[in-house]
Order: sequence, then C-alpha cells, then structure tokens
Amino acid sequence: METVAPRRDYLNADYGVRSWLLTVDHKRIGLLYLGSITLFFFLGGLFALLIRLELLTPGPDLVSADTYNKLFTMHGLVMIFFFLVPSIPSVLGNFLIPMMIGARDLAFPRINLLSWYVFIVGALFTLFAMVTGGVDTGWTFYTPFSTMASNTNVIPTALGVFITGFSSILTGLNFIVTIHRMRAPGLTWFRLPLFVWAHYATSIIMILGTPVLAITILLVGLERAFHLGIFDPALGGDPLLFQHLFWFYSHPAVYIMILPSMGVISELITCFSRKRIFGYGFVAASSLAIALLGFLVWAHHMFVTGMSVYAALIFSFLSFAVAIPSAVKVFNWTATLYKGSVSFEAPMLYALGFIGLFTIGGLTGLFLATTGVDIHVTDTYFVVAHFHYIMVGGAIMGYLGGLHFWWPKISGRMYPETLAKVAALILFIGFNLTFFPQFVLGYLGMPRRYHVYPPEFQVLNVMSTAGASILGVGYLLPMLYMLWSLRYGALAGANPWRATGLEWTTPSPPPTENFPQTPVVTQEAYDYEEFPLQEVPVV
Amino acid sequence: MSSHAAAVTHQHQFDDAAQQYEASALGMWVFLVTEIMFFGGVFTAYVAYRSAYPEAFGHASNHLDLTWGGINTVVLIGSSLTMALAVHASQIGKRGTLVTCLLLTMLLGSVFLGIKAIEYADKFHHGLVPGPAFHYQGADAHQAELFFSLYFAMTGLHALHMIIGLGGLAVLVRQASRGRFSPAYHTPVELFGLYWHFVDIIWIFLFPLLYLVERHT
Amino acid sequence: MSSAAAEGHVSEHVVSLKIYITIFVTLLVLTGVTVLVATIDLGRLNVIVALTIAVTKAVLVLLYFMHLRYSPRLTWLVTGAAFAWLAILIGLTIADPLTRSLLVH
Repeated sequence: METVAPRRDYLNADYGVRSWLLTVDHKRIGLLYLGSITLFFFLGGLFALLIRLELLTPGPDLVSADTYNKLFTMHGLVMIFFFLVPSIPSVLGNFLIPMMIGARDLAFPRINLLSWYVFIVGALFTLFAMVTGGVDTGWTFYTPFSTMASNTNVIPTALGVFITGFSSILTGLNFIVTIHRMRAPGLTWFRLPLFVWAHYATSIIMILGTPVLAITILLVGLERAFHLGIFDPALGGDPLLFQHLFWFYSHPAVYIMILPSMGVISELITCFSRKRIFGYGFVAASSLAIALLGFLVWAHHMFVTGMSVYAALIFSFLSFAVAIPSAVKVFNWTATLYKGSVSFEAPMLYALGFIGLFTIGGLTGLFLATTGVDIHVTDTYFVVAHFHYIMVGGAIMGYLGGLHFWWPKISGRMYPETLAKVAALILFIGFNLTFFPQFVLGYLGMPRRYHVYPPEFQVLNVMSTAGASILGVGYLLPMLYMLWSLRYGALAGANPWRATGLEWTTPSPPPTENFPQTPVVTQEAYDYEEFPLQEVPVV
Repeated sequence: MSSHAAAVTHQHQFDDAAQQYEASALGMWVFLVTEIMFFGGVFTAYVAYRSAYPEAFGHASNHLDLTWGGINTVVLIGSSLTMALAVHASQIGKRGTLVTCLLLTMLLGSVFLGIKAIEYADKFHHGLVPGPAFHYQGADAHQAELFFSLYFAMTGLHALHMIIGLGGLAVLVRQASRGRFSPAYHTPVELFGLYWHFVDIIWIFLFPLLYLVERHT
Repeated sequence: MSSAAAEGHVSEHVVSLKIYITIFVTLLVLTGVTVLVATIDLGRLNVIVALTIAVTKAVLVLLYFMHLRYSPRLTWLVTGAAFAWLAILIGLTIADPLTRSLLVH
C-alpha cells in the first residue's frame, strides 16, 4: 500500500458533519447531491419494482387500483423531480463546471449550498406526503381531478415539488452567471468543453421554464386549499389551461434531463476515440437549439384532449423540428468515432449504449409527434417505452458513464474496470428486455396507468418485469463497487484517461481551491492530436 | 466596513471586486427573469379567461375600487422614485439621504399594503372572495368568481413580493445606517432596487388589467 | 473576465436626479391618461391603449430606474429573452382556445 503522507485535498481539508453540511465548496456540494439523489433513485426504483410486480399478472393481484395509482404517481414524481432533473447538473455539473473553466468555485457558492437545502426540504415535504397516504393524480396533476376530486395528499406533494423547483432555478442561475463571468483567461466560448455548453443550455431552460411550473402548482394548491377556482370547469375554467401551463415547463424539463447527458457523451466519445469532436460548433449550437425549440412543442402532450386542431398541427410541426438538433448531435458523435482510436472502457460502453438507445427513443418520439399516429398510441405503453428509452437508456446511461469517467477525479480511486463493464452489459440487456416489449404492448393497445390488462398481453409484461429485475441488479452493482473502490480501488493519478480538459490538470482528488493559480487557456477543446495516449490503468 | 473608497474586498471565488459586481448584477437580472416567467403563468390564465369572458370580466372589474387602485399605483411609482434616489445616494456616498430614501420607500410600500388590506377587507364584506362565501349578483356570477380568483391570486402574489421587499428594505436600512455602503461598494442597494422596480412593473400591468376593464359604462 | 480595476470601484453610470424626476412625472401622467382613456368607450381599442401605456411605463422603469439603458448588452439580451419567452407562453397557449372552434364541421 502507499505510504506517502496524504496531500491536502477537498475531501480531507476539513472533517466532521458540520464541515459537510455547511460547506460552500462546489465539489462537496456535488457529493451532497450525489448521496441524496442516489437515495431517491432507489426509492423511485422501489415504486417501479412494485409496479412491475403488479403487472406480472393481468388481474389486480398485488395492489388495489387506488394503490396502483399512487405507485405510478410517486414513481414519476421521485424519478423526475428528485433524481433525473438534479442528477447530472447538481452532481457532475456542480463538481466539474468550475474546474472545466479554470475557476475556484461557482459564482455564488452559498446559493449553491442553499440549492441543496431547498432540494432536501422539498423532498421531505414530498416524502411526508408519501408516507402519510401518497398521491394518486399521476405526476402530471391534471385538473380537475387534482384540484377537486382526488382525496389524497395533493397539497403537501405540490408544495414539495414547488419548493424543489427553486433548487433547480438556483442551480441554473449559478451556472449561467459562472459560465458568463468566470471563465479563465483565453477560455473563449468556442473553446469550452461541450459539457459546459450543454449545462449552459440546460440552465436556460431551468430559468425560463421552472417558474411556470412553480406558479401552476401553486395555483393548484390555492384552488384546493382556498377554492380559488382558476381551473374549475363549473366556473368556466379550462382544464386544458392547466395542461398548457403544466407542459410549458414539463416538456422543456425533458430537455433539462437529457441535455446534460448529451454533454457527458461529447466528453466520453472524444476521449475514448482519441479524437476531437466532429463539428464542435454544430454540437454547441444544437444544445442551444434544443433549449429554444424545446419550449415550442409542449402541446404535443395534449393532442387528444380536444385542443384546437390548428394549434395541434403547429405543435406537431415544431415537434418534428426539435428532433433535428438532436439528430445533429448523434451524427456528429458518430462522425467523431469514425477513424478514431476507439477503446471500450466502461464509460465508453455507456456512451455507445446512449447513442443507440437515445436514437430509438428519439425516433419513436417522431411517431408520437405525428398527430395521426399519436391518436392511436397516446396514453399507451408506446409512450412509456418512448420516454424510458430516452430517460433511462439515454439520460441515466449518460449519468452513469459520466460518474464512471470522473470517478477517479472525484474520489482519487479507480473503480474496478472489468466489473464495471459487466454491470454496463447487464444494464443494457436488462433495460432493453424491460422496455422494448413495452413498445409492442403500446402498439397493441395496452393503456398506461392501468393495473389490469387483457390476458393476451401477459407474456410481454412478464418479459418486461424480468428485464426490470435484471436492470435493478445492474444499478446496484455500480453503487456497490464504487463504494468499495473508496477503500480498495487503485489510486488514480491526475489523469488516468489521458483526457483533455482543465479538470484533468488537477490532482485526484483536487484541492479545495482547484487551481493554485488560474490557468491560461491557449488550446481548443478536445486537442487529442497533441495529446497521445499512454498507458491507461486497467483494474 | 468603512465608508470611504478604500480597496474593496471580494469573495474568494472572484478575481476582483469588479468581477464580483458584474456577476452579482447578472445574477439579479437572471433571477428577475424567473420572476417574469412566474407571474407570466398567472397572466396567461388572465389572458385566456378575459378573451373567453370579456363582459363578465368587465362587470366584475367594476366591483374594484378605482380610487384605491389609482392611489396605490401612484404610491408604488413614488416608491420606485424614492428607491432610485436611494441608489443614487449610495452611488455618491450620501449616507443620510440613502437612509432617508430607503425609509421613504418602506413607508410608501407599507401604505400600498395598507390600502390593499382595506380593499381585501372590503371584498370579504361584500362576499367577493371565491369559495363557499362567494355571492355575486348577476347572471355571470361563475365567470365573475373566476375573475376574483385571478384578482386574489395576482394581487396576493404581488403583495407577498412587496412584503418580502419590505423585509429587504429593513435589512438595507440597518446596513446603510451602519455605514456599510460607499461609492465603491453599494451593490446590495442597487440590486435590491432592481427587485423593487420589478415589483412596481408587475403592478403597472396589474392595475389596468384588473381595475380598468370596461370602465366606460 | 476580471477587470483591471485595482480599488474595486466599478465604473457605472450615475443617472442624474433630473432624469429620475422627469421619468417619475411621465409615469404619473401616463397613469392619469390610462385612467382617463378607460372611461371612454373605444371598444376593442381600450385594452390596446391600456396595454400600450402599461408597456411604455414598464419600459421607462426598465431603462431609467433599473439602468437598463446603461447596462451591458448581456443584460439587454437577458431581459429581451424574458419578454420573448413570456410572449411564447401567452401566445402559444391562447392560440389553442382562440382557434378551437374555428371551423364548423
């Protein structure tokens, strides 16, 4: 074992619970988030497990209809608001953005810590609502059911989501100001890593979209508590107005969940192809294009609600348009791989998995954007499969790939590479077995949010549940071996991957102030031609 | 903190005070963007329902007291002036004027809230609060209840922002009277001013939209 | 992006008292106008006039009280984006109820 005296880094700079709970170091805050969202991920996964267990049989064997409604509601709420939305930005973004731009910290470190506390308070409200009876409205809170008919804990849940939204807003605000005002000398916009561009675009969405969710959910709470009947049909209120306001945020929210992942993929593909990104400008611009166009498509969630067919056509056309920048990214990543020196470490396996699965998810989105097809498959498992391909096959794979890639920087240790490859493979198999059958189920007409189904759908449902259990194992493994690596993993050097990027010029783990002196940037990003690969440590 | 223009310290993540100021200012403007979108949601509801029920909204709007609304508009614009004067005083280092203007802003803000309280009480007495106690003469009582739901939601949120603003002003008064601010450092005054003016702008739209519908009958 | 200002004094525009008072008076006048016009029946023009005056007042507060006129271009971009997105929110939302019953089958 090593006998060198421990160097001062951000992990050992100070000890004790207070030094963590009152930290303003962006790296420690990233880890606070990591712990929290991991807990919520497994909670959301528990709800998913119960859902899949119920769906093993066509009949209502495990839970009642009401309980089932609560299960899918809480699965959605937890996974979206308490895992996916914060995941990459609050963990990897917080940790890496200051380092990637050569800064000592984010612009507002105390607001960063505040964002974590706000997140926790919101989560506690929602958890309270869950343990005292749950919510059954669906994560979408549609009115008038949520405002008038549901007799579950809508208000505390709405309050929890409302509060947590501010965590998102504060993070986005911090990132925007940091990226604009704190880049190191020489680090022009077009030298930024694409991870930073992705987070910049994500932050724009957080700033412009989340407040609308906040007001909408507040109005639902006010209507329920004080009879401020803004969505009450009896008064002439329009339930569709709620849906417009809700989806104005919740559609861009899906881009909040996928853009950071795409930023990770750009970093992984370049590093493990030893090649600069193909079409840097296009990839950067496509992030902004997704952020912009993503705000113009929301009513594609409402095609069958009785909304105006003319508005529907506009939203349908725009929904096709928003696929274009995503496709640009996929093409550019593929072109980056071409004639690259490709290696298949675990992060790269996740990146490649992302490209394939995100493409499937994205293409099926086009089916849904087509109003004629959507009438057939809306509210079926086709939709469920579509968004899980993007969110799980895409976003979560990107998250895991990034976590593996930057784990040596974060912890100073290497994770066990072979085991990681095995876990990635298990995840890939489990994922497809879970969700591909759902495309078929949806096409055949099985509706979502039902705990019973016609017996002819059972085989596909059993396959899906089997896949889900494999998926669960796949998720447990990284958590276990990463924890293991903290003690027993090989010591990582400053740059085990020989990757470009300012974060790799610091020791692993980095010191609290990141850089003893502010670096000066003179290179373009992904300058792999000037950076030959030497030995990559493999466990 | 001394009030003469010595070297101003800055937080560790910044390279100098100028960068800190630029970052803080940008941060406040970005925050105001979130506030615009926040209020935007309820404005959207207003636009949707007013276009659907123009007459009902007109009748309901006439139940609001135009005099109180007008006075409040003048009061709030006045408070924006005193806030701007406070920022001005902080820029040129006039501590006394700064404190006075901040106090005047607080006073005017309180007057605004006082008048709002009078208006709300009046609505309670006339049964114009949405819910089981709502009673309204007219065939369009339902849509009128929609109008009043929006009225209370929009002015209530605005009033909440004013109350928070008063809290912020109190903190600024305390800091200013202790000589915290100088021409070299008065960022909190300036940035709070941005918030206060924003709250004024919201009212600039609320007033015609809520009080001035069909006032020509 | 650090500046070379050694003492931390940021060069910022000090708006003159005269401008502040002028804007204040203008805002009061516009308030009076909007109340007056509201008492005249202009049909559909009423709301357009009222909103035009409100926008004018808001712009004056933004430019002079909030110093937008003297602020960096980035601030203009940020402010512009907010109003653009507000327009998207309101415009695209009410496009639905406004066109729902456009064509009778």
